Amino acid sequence: MSKITINIDGKEVQTQEGEYILNAARANDIFIPAICYLTRCSPTLACRICLVEADGKQVYACNAKAKEGMNIVTSTPTIESERRAIMEVYDVNHPLQCGVCDQSGECELQNYTLEIGVDSQSYAIKDVDRSSHDWGHLHYDPGLCIVCERCVTACKDMIGDNSLKTIARGADALDAEYKENMPKDAYAMWNKLNKSVIGLTNGTDVLDCTSCGECAAVCPVGALVDTDFMYKSNAWELKQIPATCGHCSAGCQISYDVKHTSIENPENKIYRVMNEWNYVSLCGAGRYGFDYENRVSAKDEAAFANAIEAFKKADTIAFTSTITNEEAFLLQKMKEKFGYKLVNNEAKAFQTFLNNYSEISGTKLYGSDLKVTHNSNFVISVGTALKSDNPNARYALNNSMTVNKGAGLYFHPVSDPIIEGLGKSIMSVKHAPLQEEAVMYLILDLFADKSKLSSDLVAYLASFHSTKTITVTESVKEKVVEMVKEMKKNEETGEEEEVEVEKSTMVTKEVSKEVEVDENALFALLNADAKFKEDLDKNLNKKDAFSLIVGPDFYTHPNAKNLARLVALVEKYSDFEVVMIPALTNSLGVALICELDDAKGKFTVGYNTQADFTLSALGDGDLDMPAINQQEGTLTSINKRVNPTNAALEYKGYELNDIANALGLKADNVIDYTAKLPLSAGFKAAEFDSLPNRYENDGTEVRGYILENVAVKMSDDETVQMYNNVKLEGTVVYVANPVRQFTAFTNKTTALSQEGGIYMSEEFLGKSDLNEGDSVRIKSSNGELVVKIISDNKITGDIALLPTYDSKINPEVITGAYRFAVASIEKV
Amino acid sequence: MKNTQEFNNRNVSENGYYLVDIADYPTDGWGKFKRVVQRTFRGELFVGLWVVLREMIKFDIHTIQYPQEKMPIGPRYRAVHEMKRLWESDAERCIGCGLCEKICISNCIKMDTRIDEHSRKEVSEYTINLGRCIFCGYCAEVCPELAITHGGEYEQASEQREHFVDYSYMLTPLDKMKAGTQVEFEGFGAITPHEDERVKKTPLAY
Repeated sequence: MSKITINIDGKEVQTQEGEYILNAARANDIFIPAICYLTRCSPTLACRICLVEADGKQVYACNAKAKEGMNIVTSTPTIESERRAIMEVYDVNHPLQCGVCDQSGECELQNYTLEIGVDSQSYAIKDVDRSSHDWGHLHYDPGLCIVCERCVTACKDMIGDNSLKTIARGADALDAEYKENMPKDAYAMWNKLNKSVIGLTNGTDVLDCTSCGECAAVCPVGALVDTDFMYKSNAWELKQIPATCGHCSAGCQISYDVKHTSIENPENKIYRVMNEWNYVSLCGAGRYGFDYENRVSAKDEAAFANAIEAFKKADTIAFTSTITNEEAFLLQKMKEKFGYKLVNNEAKAFQTFLNNYSEISGTKLYGSDLKVTHNSNFVISVGTALKSDNPNARYALNNSMTVNKGAGLYFHPVSDPIIEGLGKSIMSVKHAPLQEEAVMYLILDLFADKSKLSSDLVAYLASFHSTKTITVTESVKEKVVEMVKEMKKNEETGEEEEVEVEKSTMVTKEVSKEVEVDENALFALLNADAKFKEDLDKNLNKKDAFSLIVGPDFYTHPNAKNLARLVALVEKYSDFEVVMIPALTNSLGVALICELDDAKGKFTVGYNTQADFTLSALGDGDLDMPAINQQEGTLTSINKRVNPTNAALEYKGYELNDIANALGLKADNVIDYTAKLPLSAGFKAAEFDSLPNRYENDGTEVRGYILENVAVKMSDDETVQMYNNVKLEGTVVYVANPVRQFTAFTNKTTALSQEGGIYMSEEFLGKSDLNEGDSVRIKSSNGELVVKIISDNKITGDIALLPTYDSKINPEVITGAYRFAVASIEKV
Repeated sequence: MKNTQEFNNRNVSENGYYLVDIADYPTDGWGKFKRVVQRTFRGELFVGLWVVLREMIKFDIHTIQYPQEKMPIGPRYRAVHEMKRLWESDAERCIGCGLCEKICISNCIKMDTRIDEHSRKEVSEYTINLGRCIFCGYCAEVCPELAITHGGEYEQASEQREHFVDYSYMLTPLDKMKAGTQVEFEGFGAITPHEDERVKKTPLAY
């Protein structure tokens, strides 16, 4: 991709070769109207309003690529008349109920109607019945819909659910005279618009998707709205608090929209979460799980005194990674000053994994981020239940396939219809639990530059290969020449006569052949199907940007050290860019900031985790703490970015900093520690208030800062352990949450609150005598647990899922550290 | 500014102004004494007394006996707000768009809305703090439905600065609707005469 210069309306503009004209214009603050185009998605060409003239030819700015020296005019009289006609068409039969529309003025139809100056209407068509639909968490009003298909595009190209499509409207055909008299593009656009409305792909009237709500966010009008938000508030009343989502490690930029609760109650309440949907896509937890704040009426002095007592008595602080960097730093300072042990098993595992990885890679952190994944065209995901561990990584995988014509490989023991539904070019490989090393060896075998790998490893990889003679049937096309008799007119006599003509036809013949093929034992070990290699070769055609997503299954794997080294080898010796999914919101930050210990001491203070004395932002502990939406601070995301987040809601109680101050540390606010985060781990000495949180017009992310990937000492030893064929067999349970749940915080919110249980696929339930709602006793070598069965159509296969979001269910009782365990499930 | 000329000319004699015939002020003590005696015995007091007596006997009294009596208020007067109903259905006109709340320059209007059982937007609560209201009339002007208007009720003395009226207080009572006595507001925001002629018609395909 090279830089080129194009000329838009007399202005010289620098852009990338192959960039769409619209994006080039937007990046340089030149306005071209466009409704249906979504940045990062493929052009829809529904609105046709982005018409421009490029080198004298009319093109659509959203799908015409910029070429060196191109001359673009954004407005000519013809284009203006097209745009005016298009906007008039959009206004045909659009209800004049702007006063009660939930878009409340943030309406692109309204904006463009005014921008283009539509002050009279020339077109008309008889309207059809377009009554509204309740699709579950979304409300669709086809009467307001302008069928720009942005929802469909976002769902297909970004999210990957493919839940929406256009369906027939059943309207009359357009008046024939319009075809003659109307501007051409406006007519074509109207003709298409008049034939369709938006419908669901599943054939019912209720959405069954991963419920991200992105379709409603991108809707330019008020046609698709969140059912919960309907008629609650006008957009202009809501104050937008820029923040970072605190649910998972993606660290999406969001804004909490707050307003007073009601006339009686002046306390602020979060009404909805908005996002810059052109540049960041949220999941259902981020969008709907916003009211997890811990409301306390006042400072509880007695509880605070108890807390200070407890801290004086304690020798251990146990905590989870749903805290800010500043709090993690504070805990680390307390450790240094008072000698507490810091216990956080999940972050500890990740820290150890990163350290092991560093030994070979020479950097403290993995090299890539999800933006690179978005832009790559071959993505491998391994060791993660992608859709629930990090939905943004799933979007990146899907986006790379839809927009970059990419392909992907998804290695996981739990088969996932959502991932399989992303498209034909993703191949799911359902391997047995504990076989992740085989996957890494396969990746090395297929993609690593063998000339650089150590000879031992090359020899080891070769040991999986064998040659085998198989019989293949090939279809061969053969030329067959025949003499055919034909009647032909004799030109001299004018009579019909029979002539023999030589005719050749191509005939396909099946030929059996014996060929020697290379057989890779790794395919069989991973349960890859027979056509795997063939399909993979097809998918790898024309691919040049490779990404590897590594997930939390690796960090707690019994052979995590070996896996970490294998990941580093893949990054070092193949074209793959590696990104690792931190298990929780700020696992990466905690892993970088805190020195973690393995075992607890005698008396433990727990922060968001049950212990002898519990500090809790969930409101169920001995002293209340603020939740992430009530705190200022920074969170370290999967993209190695330190993102600032602001307090959306007031918090009236004590926070960790108050305890630290009472114990002898000194800081007015916890954000005083932002600039003191350890430089040696890659943080910068930036004050919290200086951290930006926005996106530029060209999509540049200007949020916080990017961690420096500090170089660490490498070891020359690149040996890896041999693969041992241990796998879990029988009934296996896996620790993973359903979509829209991450932690007890998501479960605390009004929209997402639900009772946990064991998630089993419909297929599994069908085969057993268990039913949804039954109580079952799950027993493993570690312990046992009695929970209810929840039927989950978002998984298939025989592995049941135990969630972590319900604080009443502790899946570690069954599984221990590794996310998979063999267990028996019996009806109680 | 054509006419400002005559006002700028302050030459009194040219504009038909004349000086009132006022005697010079007495400067010495004797002069002052004479003026007092003159004023006291001239009987001007009785002129005034006579006028009062005459009018009293005539019983032609113009004083409004407030609060028993009140002056009629012009239709454009802007006093305490009213919420109107639709003539056709007696339903409330307010759709809960929130424009009055937005435009209010003294921030005295607050409303809560919700979705009702017919999936329509409904105003669940609506208050105006009359203690803050400056009766500018913007709310009535901006209202797209002619729902909020000003009425003629100007008595709103209160013991506190905060003086709230709620939706039900302002809403036209149903019996008034039945009697057909709801009064349309004619101030800013009301439909101007000949509105129909000025509207650009939208073509319809029915």
